[in-house]
Amino acid sequence: MEAAHQDVSDRRLLTDRIRYYGDDVAAVVAEDEVSAQRALKAIRVEYEEYEPLLTPEAAMAPGARAVHDECPDNILRHMDLRTPMPPESGFQSVEDVLACDSYFQFEGRYATQMVQHCHIEPAVSYAYMEGGRIVVVSSTQIPHIVRRVCGQALGIPWGDIRVIKPYIGGGFGNKQEVLYEPLNAFLTRAVGGRCVKLELTREEVFENTRSRHAISFDVKAAVDKDGTIMARWCRAVSTQGSYASHGNAIVANAITAFRQLYPDRLGHHSEAYTVYTNLPAPGAMRGYGIPQANFAVECMMDDMALKFGLDPYRFRLQNLMPLGYVDPFNGITCHSTGLRECMEKGRAFIHWDELREKYENQTGPVRRGVGMAVFSYKTGVWPISLETASARMVLNQDGSVQLQLGATEIGQGGDTVFTQMAAESIGFPSARVHIVSFQDTDTAPFDTGAYASRQTYVTGMAIKQTGEAFKRKLLDYASELLERPAEELDVRDGEIVDAGTGALVLTLHDLAQEAFYSFRHSVHIAAETTHQCRDNTFAFGCCFAEVEVDVPLGKVKVLRIVNVHDSGRLINPQLAEAQVHGGMSMGLGYALSEEMKFDGKGRLLNGNLLDYKLPTAMDHPELTALFVETEDPSAPFGNKALGEPPAIPVAPAVRNALLHATGVAVNTLPLSPQKLVEAFARAGLLS
Amino acid sequence: MYDITSIYQARSVDDAISALKSDPEALVIAGGTDVLIKIREGKDAGCRLVSIHELREELEGVALAPNGDVEIGPLTTFRGCTFSDVIRATVPVLGEAADMAGGPQLRAAGTLGGNLCNGITSADTASTQMAFGAILRVRGPEGEREISINDWYRGVGKVALAHDELLVKIVIPKSHYEGWSGHYIKYAMRSAMDIATLGVSCLVKLSADKTVVEDLRLAFGVAGPVPFRCLETEKAMTGLPIGEAVKQIGASALKEIHPRDSWRASKAFRIQLARELSGRALAEAARKGGAQI
Amino acid sequence: MSMEILSCTVNGRPVEVGIDPRESLADTLRERLGLTSVKKGCEVGECGACTVLVDGEAIDSCIYLSVWAQGKKILTVEGLQDESGELSPIQKAFVEEAAIQCGFCTPGIIMSAVEIVGSGKQYTREELRKLISGHLCRCTGYQNILNAVERAVNEAHKFVGK
Repeated sequence: MEAAHQDVSDRRLLTDRIRYYGDDVAAVVAEDEVSAQRALKAIRVEYEEYEPLLTPEAAMAPGARAVHDECPDNILRHMDLRTPMPPESGFQSVEDVLACDSYFQFEGRYATQMVQHCHIEPAVSYAYMEGGRIVVVSSTQIPHIVRRVCGQALGIPWGDIRVIKPYIGGGFGNKQEVLYEPLNAFLTRAVGGRCVKLELTREEVFENTRSRHAISFDVKAAVDKDGTIMARWCRAVSTQGSYASHGNAIVANAITAFRQLYPDRLGHHSEAYTVYTNLPAPGAMRGYGIPQANFAVECMMDDMALKFGLDPYRFRLQNLMPLGYVDPFNGITCHSTGLRECMEKGRAFIHWDELREKYENQTGPVRRGVGMAVFSYKTGVWPISLETASARMVLNQDGSVQLQLGATEIGQGGDTVFTQMAAESIGFPSARVHIVSFQDTDTAPFDTGAYASRQTYVTGMAIKQTGEAFKRKLLDYASELLERPAEELDVRDGEIVDAGTGALVLTLHDLAQEAFYSFRHSVHIAAETTHQCRDNTFAFGCCFAEVEVDVPLGKVKVLRIVNVHDSGRLINPQLAEAQVHGGMSMGLGYALSEEMKFDGKGRLLNGNLLDYKLPTAMDHPELTALFVETEDPSAPFGNKALGEPPAIPVAPAVRNALLHATGVAVNTLPLSPQKLVEAFARAGLLS
Repeated sequence: MYDITSIYQARSVDDAISALKSDPEALVIAGGTDVLIKIREGKDAGCRLVSIHELREELEGVALAPNGDVEIGPLTTFRGCTFSDVIRATVPVLGEAADMAGGPQLRAAGTLGGNLCNGITSADTASTQMAFGAILRVRGPEGEREISINDWYRGVGKVALAHDELLVKIVIPKSHYEGWSGHYIKYAMRSAMDIATLGVSCLVKLSADKTVVEDLRLAFGVAGPVPFRCLETEKAMTGLPIGEAVKQIGASALKEIHPRDSWRASKAFRIQLARELSGRALAEAARKGGAQI
Repeated sequence: MSMEILSCTVNGRPVEVGIDPRESLADTLRERLGLTSVKKGCEVGECGACTVLVDGEAIDSCIYLSVWAQGKKILTVEGLQDESGELSPIQKAFVEEAAIQCGFCTPGIIMSAVEIVGSGKQYTREELRKLISGHLCRCTGYQNILNAVERAVNEAHKFVGK
């Protein structure tokens, strides 16, 4: 990995310098939780108090105390990226275009809030020692990385750590971080290898695990009178908390996606800042910076359309990323796109044309509107980071296959689609593929884990090529038994058949029995390959929403909503639809109600499920998920990212529908009732 | 596991009272939905509990007294209240209010008595009981006494209940509900599993032709430190045509409420809600009473 | 605190188990009886993951003291399969409708569904939303969960015209 993308090592297991309210200063190991609680209360700590830095502005102000001494100005990283200007344009820089009178000019500011994943299973792990090694059992998305980090943290050989990942209750990126596994590993050694478990309370999950960054975007754009986006500038400031977690990667991803969705005709200039503050540290959360960027870019599109008298649908269409687009910095290429078709489907579903007209110029306390947003999202992390995955297939005595992966199931349906992929690549029915659902780093092949919507794309390719290798081994053995060339044979529906006629020539059961128990030639057929993925591809989609706004009460009710996705070929349409529902739900909470709130000391005020407004079943409309299937040529099965994308476009679509309903542009999330009442009052909507 | 020092499971109301008398620091636990949470938060950690959870025979259920009064046992759960035929026939708005507390599982555990005895302003059934002028019957070592709900609240989390007294009956006299219709609006950030940002309960007694407000009750939760009635507004709305009352009630109520700023909602926002919701609650109460508006 | 004996019926079988009176029913079911379908997501009755039926009513077992369960009938997801191990129709409906993602909220919601289906009534979509509103789910947007509960209700009572 490039040095610039390495993790920032700025955190110890416990700290003697408090960087946020709730920082980890001491740990108690006790027989039961009540004793542990009482012991914690008995610890006396003397604090020397400093003024907390709760915003990037405060942290970047001259003379602000450094959150980390190694970073005196609190700016963990500043990026400044300019795409090359076409020489024939006559402009020297984006700034020149943004000062040119012959274009429409736009300026705006958009900001998102800090929210949390809220997987219903709290973060939990335990550790014990066995035979001199440390076994860590964790609710994690990334068992192999947990092993590395535990080894690094304790300064012991990584092989002395064994990490087991059972079924887990959701992750959404929070369990993509190593949380308290190293502390438990450390403590089990301290208590003679006895089991040490740390099951976070919900309140601790809120305060002491990751969240989604609040990012503010100052933006400018120059738009040609025909609606072509000529140039844009964007300055994104990301509120990092007290520790680096994913460092600058998330806001870097945000400005990149901001740029990519609508490639500027002349040029693009973006800046990103990641700033340490005295807040709990945010990290990866479903969408990795893109929900924030998409809120900014898609609100901006509607605001520009309104300001310049453009139709927001056609304005988007006109400027969308085209097929064949190549990112000027990272080279990621648009290998396939169904975004235009997605937009058409969404438009038809919501009755866009009819309702846009119908809901113009409403009066009265209750008003309706429709809004939309589109997005692009890359698949995996190449070329920013390494992409690598292995798969192993082992023949069982009955002619079924054991599929072993380091890729993890976290509720997204990974194991089901991996099974389907293996079945398809070997020529087996899915029922004859047995996936090992738990990862044990002692036995699971290496894979970096569940994040970046990468597994079906990266691990999928490892499965495909392993399946093909496995199949070749089956055919070679069949060839030996049948004394026929392997080329004449094939595996179909789980049996060896004549490749030409399709006629059954040998059952897999018989082949397996022979392979295991043959006096003549016993061989245990297995295949394992590694896939290092050196490509990436864009998934796309859009959201259309119809809302009803109760103006005097500041309430937005989503009446109808649809997400339409181009995630390439769908491996399992039913699970894909379910995945989209969940993302839409998360997007609705992001849009309307969720927000981590802090007091003046940086203490989290609403770190529990009563005060943090995760939507209930009664707060949801019916969710509709539609798809446009493309066949992505870079993917193992034509498939592209789907895990994270559904959460991306919902908030801006709802916000744009609110704008349509009321004419009031709210540029910060969430669209909470009090904020709306204040905005409506300012706009003169409340008599 | 909860940090509790001891739990005494009372065998009867009198047994509970004597247990409380002998332990001046013991806490009463009924449904558990508040007390256990405070123990877990640490506020009441290490406490000694007197549990009345199992005193259902004595304390649970809704009955119609021979004189027409509605008698509610304090261990009646929110759910038991909502689905009680007596409640539905006499004071349906109370059942509706009870149906807005938390979610279904909480409503199967939390009790109406607890909702009053914890003395909190956001209690979903409190403002409606306030509007009905419920009579609270309490029993202590010396016997029983009755307290009007108007004299019940003594400050945030404080009620007119001595340490060794238990609430044993909530009575809504027939004269307080007969001829009245009511509506409760809970305004919260979510449609379930939430505490009220503001709660307003409005009862109205209409003229025979259903056009004029003959009498009115307006009670709020979260518009002050405890639930309370807007007595001036009640008087001012009396005699007005319904449409006019709906228009005026919000502005009038604003003179009597005193919500505060908190991180959950600003004072200004709560005022806006009170202004808007008073009229909506009255309009709906009147509709339920047969008014055409 | 000294141990006490809890006698009750769990999943149709009489149980006598030593408990610490400070335990919640969720603690007892998980730690002493191994019924790990009972999940803890918040321990304050906000998420519904620990929902079990006590005498037929769905309650949050995290805020229910085990001592109160004396003599009562408790049902968890482990008690739903029939003797041959076959999933119950409600569980099957959840599978068929892809109503399960991470699965952590699932056992609790299934227990509420048992009560909903057991009522013998048919419900509108909005009523079903309210009936499951005591459960938080982050994976599904509740869409397929509602589909599953609706299907289970319809199948159990042969309601047609879904």
